Formats: sequence, C-alpha cells, structure tokens
Amino acid sequence: MHEIALCNSLVDLIRDQQRQRGFRRVRRVIVEVGVLGHVDPHALDFAFDVEARNSPAEGAVLEIREIQGRAWCMDCSRLVTIARRGEACPDCGGFGLIVEQGEELRLKELEVI
Amino acid sequence: MCGVCGCGKGETRLEMGEQAQGHTAHDHRHHDHEHDHGHTHHDHAHVHHDHDHDHSHHDHSHPAPAGDVHSLRDDPSRRAHLVSVEQDILGKNNALAAHNRRHFNSHGVLALNLVSSPGAGKTSLLVASLQRLLPGTTVAVIEGDQETSADADRIRATGAPAIQVNTGRGCHLDAAMIDEAFHRLHVQDGILFIENVGNLVCPAGFDLGEAHKVVIASVTEGEDKPLKYPNMFAASSLMLVSKVDLLPHLDFDVDLLIANARRVNPSIAVIKVSATTGEGIDRWLKWIGAARDMAVASA
Ligand SMILES: Nc1nc2c(ncn2[C@@H]2O[C@H](COP(=O)(O)OP(=O)(O)OP(=O)(O)O)[C@@H](O)[C@H]2O)c(=O)[nH]1
Ligand SMILES: [Mg+2]
Ligand SMILES: [Zn+2]
Repeated sequence: MHEIALCNSLVDLIRDQQRQRGFRRVRRVIVEVGVLGHVDPHALDFAFDVEARNSPAEGAVLEIREIQGRAWCMDCSRLVTIARRGEACPDCGGFGLIVEQGEELRLKELEVI
Repeated sequence: MCGVCGCGKGETRLEMGEQAQGHTAHDHRHHDHEHDHGHTHHDHAHVHHDHDHDHSHHDHSHPAPAGDVHSLRDDPSRRAHLVSVEQDILGKNNALAAHNRRHFNSHGVLALNLVSSPGAGKTSLLVASLQRLLPGTTVAVIEGDQETSADADRIRATGAPAIQVNTGRGCHLDAAMIDEAFHRLHVQDGILFIENVGNLVCPAGFDLGEAHKVVIASVTEGEDKPLKYPNMFAASSLMLVSKVDLLPHLDFDVDLLIANARRVNPSIAVIKVSATTGEGIDRWLKWIGAARDMAVASA
C-alpha cells in the first residue's frame, strides 16, 4: 500500500499550492496515472480519502485520468500501444519494447474555491 | 518551484529546508485562513491574489461589493475554478534521490538497491558477498525492515557497518531515509548495499538515488513473478536468480523465469546464485566491479 505514501505527497503538494495561491478549499483533485505504472487507482482513491483528512482537500473528489501505455518497438522501429507491461508488440509479436509513456503520476489540476 | 519537480540542480537543499519547516508552517497558514475568512478585506485580497495567477476569470466575473461578501461565501460554487498544477506526485522523493545520487558520486560510492519478495534471500546473499569483499573493499549496508533489526545484526556479524531503517507501517524505503542513513554511515570510495523491504510492488516507485536496482527472484517462487510484478523487473538492471542449489529438488524452469523477465525488460542482466553453496557469487561480484568502473568513469 505505497498509495498511502503517494497520497501523503499529493496532499503536501496541495498544501504548497494553497500557500502559493491562497484558495480556501479544494473540491476536485485531478491526477494523471499511467496504466503501466506501479499505482493501483482503487488503492489510490481509498488512500486519498484517508490522507486528505484535516487538509484543504478533505472531502474532495479524486478524479483519476488514465494515460495509455506507449512503447517503442525496437524491431518495428515505431511507437505502439500496449495495455500492460509484458505484453507483446501488437504488430510483430516481439518483446523488444521500450516504454515511452504510461508511467505518469501527476497532479494535473485542482478545482478550488 | 523547480525544487518540487526535481529538475533544479542545487535546489535540493532548499527543498529539504522547506521540508524541515514541515507541515506546521502550512497548517498555521491554513488555520489563519479559516479564522480570517469572514473579513471583507480578506476576500478582496483573495481575489487580488488569484489575479496574479492567470486563473482569475471566474473571480473577475463576480464583482465583490462590500455588502455582498456573505452571498459569495454562502454560494461557493460561484467562485469555484480550476487551477493548473502539473507536478509529479513523486517529485519530492525524486529530488532527494537526485541529491543522494550526487552525494554518492562525489563520495565515489556505488549504491545498489536490492529488492525482492519477502525471504527471497537478500540478507543471505549480502552476507555471502560481504564475506568475500571484506576486508579488501570498503562496504556499508542500509537495512530496510518494517519491524526488526535481525537482518542488520546478521550483516554486522560479518564486520561490515550497517544501519537499520525501520519503516514501521511503511512498505518501502524512500530517498529521505537513505539520505539520513548515509550521512550517518559516511562511506567513501566503496559499495553501499541497500536491502529494501521485502516487497515487489511498493519499492518500485521510489528512487533512492541508487546506481542500479537489483531484483532477486528465488527458485522457490513462481516463474511468472516478472509478469506479476513487472514494474520492479522493468526498473532493475540485474536479476539474481537465487537459491539455485535447490533446483535439483524442484520442478522449476529457470529459462522460463528469464524469458518472462526479458518480456518486461529486454536488457536485464541475469546471474544465477546460491548463498548456501557460493555458486555464482564470483560472477555477481564481477558484475559489481564492472558497475563500479562504469560509475567512476561517468562521475
Ligand atoms: N537453500 C538455500 N536457502 C537459502 C539461500 N539463501 C537464503 N536461503 C534461505 O531463505 C530464507 C530467507 O533468507 P533471507 O536471506 O533472510 O531472505 P531475505 O530476502 O533477506 O528476507 P526478508 O528480509 O525477510 O525479505 C532463509 O531461511 C535462508 O536460509 C540459498 O542460497 N539456498
Ligand atoms: Mg532480509
Ligand atoms: Zn514490433
């Protein structure tokens, strides 16, 4: 459950934002999560509700936007889409893939009042 | 705020300074804010503040005459707006890991982050390695464990300095723990082994500043481990297949394990080892030597 630690960092970032921008509360937290990364969206959602208590984001909705996995196929010399790690290139069936996108874990936007 | 996203050089210190101030500073502000919010001048300041940030369109559309403050407060949806942040959630850890990496480089230290499932043989392998490396090579060990110090005691019995980091309910080491432990160890021109918490999921996301992650997969686990925990195998430079002395007694397909590891990481190196018989330990130490030479060359 490293999602607890991740939500801790997320709430820290939100406090930084509050300090810089001076909003009162956060109503919606929009994060981008790559489908090839190490984060379980359900665990993240659960952990967020707990970690956001007594913070400006208490009670806020966590909106998770998935980012699809893209990898460079060394055999086809082009970018292909994969749903998870360990999946073959959809074109050549090979595993010579270098992941280029899909590991993101980013606080994108806040809806604040 | 480049220190937060980890891109700034030499800003890590600042970042740590901020961390040292900790949440109390933030909480304070939060409290003041709450106490103040009924004052008219505060709401004005609020609007003005937003004005500086390019996200003020909503605020502009709501004139705030002195008598109308209450209605604004009572209907918060009228002031709700989106602010763009675009920050890596692991940014602070990544910045500290970058700091550790510079620190290791400037001390001539090769740091290796050993990861595995619980009981795959990390400590046994370390003990076998240290017995061969000492006394000729400078070594130190950081032991991550949720509760006990048993592993650090096993390491110290070899004569190597070891620091135990108990993570409590935390299921992984992070860069801040390594920073603190390394300052206490003070290694120079040597090898720093970091035994992470036995867990193939959580440590994958936390860069410690190591030169390489080394994943240990024992032959008593399934051949599909790399496919079940792909991020750890993808992040590792080397897979040590451990406890190979047990192979004659098991129905375990080492080639399938290696093929699965290469499905998620085509460039991962593989060495078969046994801490019990010593098989493969020399090859592992040679791999470490090559990694040291490379680290020195690029430092
Ligand atoms: N047969 C055999 N057993 C081994 C070998 N290496 C470790 N073991 C046994 O495996 C068990 C776990 O070994 P450890 O070295 O404590 O494993 P670990 O990965 O450090 O465990 P945690 O720190 O608890 O995650 C012990 O009972 C060891 O004796 C090996 O090479 N061969
Ligand atoms: Mg151990
Ligand atoms: Zn292909």
